[in-house]
Amino acid sequence: MRAFTQALAGILVAGALATPVFAQELKIMAPAAPGGGWDQTARSLQQALQTEGLAKGVQVNNVPGAGGSIGIAQFVNQSKGDPNALMVGGYVMVGALIANNSPVKLDQVTPIARLTGEYEAIVVPTSSTIKTIGDLVAQLKADPGTVSWGGGSAGGTDHITVGLIAKAAGVDPTKINYIPFSGGGEALAAIVGGKVTAGISGYGEFEGQVKAGKLRVLAVSAPERLAGVDAPTLKEAGINVEVQNWRAIWAAPGITPEQKASLISTFEKLHGSKSWKDTLAAKGWSDTFLAGDTFGGYVTKEVEQTTAVLKDIGLAK
Amino acid sequence: MDSFASLLHGLSVAMQPGNLLYAFIGVTLGTAVGVLPGIGPALTVALLLPITFKLDPAGSLIMFAGIYYGGMYGGSTSSILLNTPGESASMITALEGNKMARAGRGGPALATSAIGSFVAGMIATIGLAFLAPLVVDLALSFGPAEYFALMVLAFTTVSAAFGNSALRGLTSLFIGLALGLIGIDLQTGQARLAFGIPDLLDGVEVTTAAVGMFALGETLYVAATASRSPDKIEPVRGSLWMTASDWARSWKPWLRGTLLGFPIGALPAGGAEIPTFLSYSIEKQLSQNPEEFGQGAIEGVAGPEAANNASAAGTLVPLLTLGLPTSATAAMMLAGFQQYGLQPGPLLFTSNPDLVWGLVASLLIANFMLLVLNLPLIGLWVRLLAIPRPWLYGGILVFATLGTLGANPSAFELGMLAVLGVLGFGMRYFDYPVAPVIIGLILGPLAEQQLRRALAISQGNPSALVETPLAIGIYVICALIVVGPLVWRMVSKKPLPVLASSED
Repeated sequence: MRAFTQALAGILVAGALATPVFAQELKIMAPAAPGGGWDQTARSLQQALQTEGLAKGVQVNNVPGAGGSIGIAQFVNQSKGDPNALMVGGYVMVGALIANNSPVKLDQVTPIARLTGEYEAIVVPTSSTIKTIGDLVAQLKADPGTVSWGGGSAGGTDHITVGLIAKAAGVDPTKINYIPFSGGGEALAAIVGGKVTAGISGYGEFEGQVKAGKLRVLAVSAPERLAGVDAPTLKEAGINVEVQNWRAIWAAPGITPEQKASLISTFEKLHGSKSWKDTLAAKGWSDTFLAGDTFGGYVTKEVEQTTAVLKDIGLAK
Repeated sequence: MDSFASLLHGLSVAMQPGNLLYAFIGVTLGTAVGVLPGIGPALTVALLLPITFKLDPAGSLIMFAGIYYGGMYGGSTSSILLNTPGESASMITALEGNKMARAGRGGPALATSAIGSFVAGMIATIGLAFLAPLVVDLALSFGPAEYFALMVLAFTTVSAAFGNSALRGLTSLFIGLALGLIGIDLQTGQARLAFGIPDLLDGVEVTTAAVGMFALGETLYVAATASRSPDKIEPVRGSLWMTASDWARSWKPWLRGTLLGFPIGALPAGGAEIPTFLSYSIEKQLSQNPEEFGQGAIEGVAGPEAANNASAAGTLVPLLTLGLPTSATAAMMLAGFQQYGLQPGPLLFTSNPDLVWGLVASLLIANFMLLVLNLPLIGLWVRLLAIPRPWLYGGILVFATLGTLGANPSAFELGMLAVLGVLGFGMRYFDYPVAPVIIGLILGPLAEQQLRRALAISQGNPSALVETPLAIGIYVICALIVVGPLVWRMVSKKPLPVLASSED
């Protein structure tokens, strides 16, 4: 028993161990379970910050639940004024906070920087009769119910993008037939297996299957074509939609302007570092760095736009 | 014979001393975290990922695979001895295994579970090596309609866990189904039965429910009735090892469990729980001594444990061949592949054969190591039961609480554990079985989501549910299970036994 307890304690503290001295001791909350995108972002930051000596030690803790709603509530309550407390989050949180009617909002935390982003891809199985995004939109216009879209959880980035596409194509967004799946694997299997008309998710989810010739990319939600992806943007196809599933880092509420500036400068240094560039390359994340108040303004706009879409598709009041 | 040569080559990779060491570290860590309820293999791999970044890919993936298999072994040990299922898939093991342990048969229960896991792990890993492409085709032909049929099949078999009263069993099942409704509805994103409490939005955690109702409920029950209860825990009665009759009763369940676990584990939404339910029910149906079920039948440990481990190997089929992670641990292993710039999928077998076959081979080795690690420990483990009862149950309480907190460090989760513990106590006190609650909690949401997905895709046309031969085939099996025993008795002209559903 003792050996087990010790081994376990060893695993639990392993992440917390670090070299001593001057730089800050940071705490990053990933408001999601281990393994997901936010958790991976938090752990990659931990590694890069420590390698670059930008922080003395970095602790990551997971507070899973309801698309980040639980985590942000705990963060705002427990970390107020703590200059070492950080929280990872992203676009999914914007939608989740609105849909869950969360009492805590994103304007209560201090924006530090947007770090990475991923664009959405719309795919069909290679065997599908739908060849182009035009074909898909034509079918959507003719009878929206016959197009079943397989993607992530209700009210998430994928669902919002489908809502935006419908709106841009002049189709009633409440008529879309969106089929949410909980795990990436299950959605992918349903899409590859032809159980739904089309699939929508971050391009990274589909990359392996696209390269293996099982899926065809119809369009991406980026402002311009993505390198290595043989598909037009939605805008090129005449659908004025641009969506980025971004991930970012926030600090606690109630910190001083100097503390905020110091954290922003830490992340600017991190952004320029080799460790971070290597991480981005290894994980296949796009660099969409945007710091401080510019990022804060961006979040405000995203919240407004998302609230409108969620109302249109009937997920928010 | 190409695969065979590759596998031999893989064995030579996995047998390198460095990789053997990683496999050993993996299985030891995995067993340790598997024993503690709540801390599963997924969390362990997540915590180790940043540390293993600098290791070579083969070594760390071999270690992760060891953790995965080790976690399965560890989970059954705590289920059997302490009635604290560390993960939902070992809940069925707790049903019969813990009864055996209390009757002094903890040794054979642990042995049949370890050897069954070994047999299943071996067969399923070899299946992974040679049948992966076939199994993948089957897996992809499962859509929401077929999954719903599979859930219906699982529901038709839950009565095996009902104990001696169908009415009480059904009552328990419906409590579980009701608990399963709590939280955000996946299809619409709306909260149900959450009463505005944000912590309830993600629903009731299955492991918290299982640990609360099994371990806590029982501890409270023992505390409340200790002075009156004559039943004593005997650490060892009879042989510590499996007897000839134990072997004779175990080997078929091992094989049947493997046959259920491997293909269902390979289904993207199959999971490890459903094959354990199915295996338990089949073993009860086929057993010579069905009356022993609920009192500690060895078949009820052997079958589900084999199914559980075979499904773990099954999960690796879509991961390696399609790059589809279908369990939390598989998702972490995918992240492990990606951190080395490897993309699992159809191309991995050709682009990195050393790595893939090394991994498959090291699974075989990890499995063997686990057997060697676990069998000698059985004598040590069963001594846990010799601890005086107040201390033993005190220890179980600490252990259960620690595990729940470790998985989800929040006061709310602890409160939930306590409430479910009291519920479990009440049910036990009034003689309601607790297992159907957990089965309802697991199957209810799965069945609901698949049914609604299937109907949404067909735009509300129910005939979509029975459109494919696969779905029809599963419904035919359901019908056979329900009607079969009646017909059999009519044909064999045996009198129908008094239906067990009459109230006590």
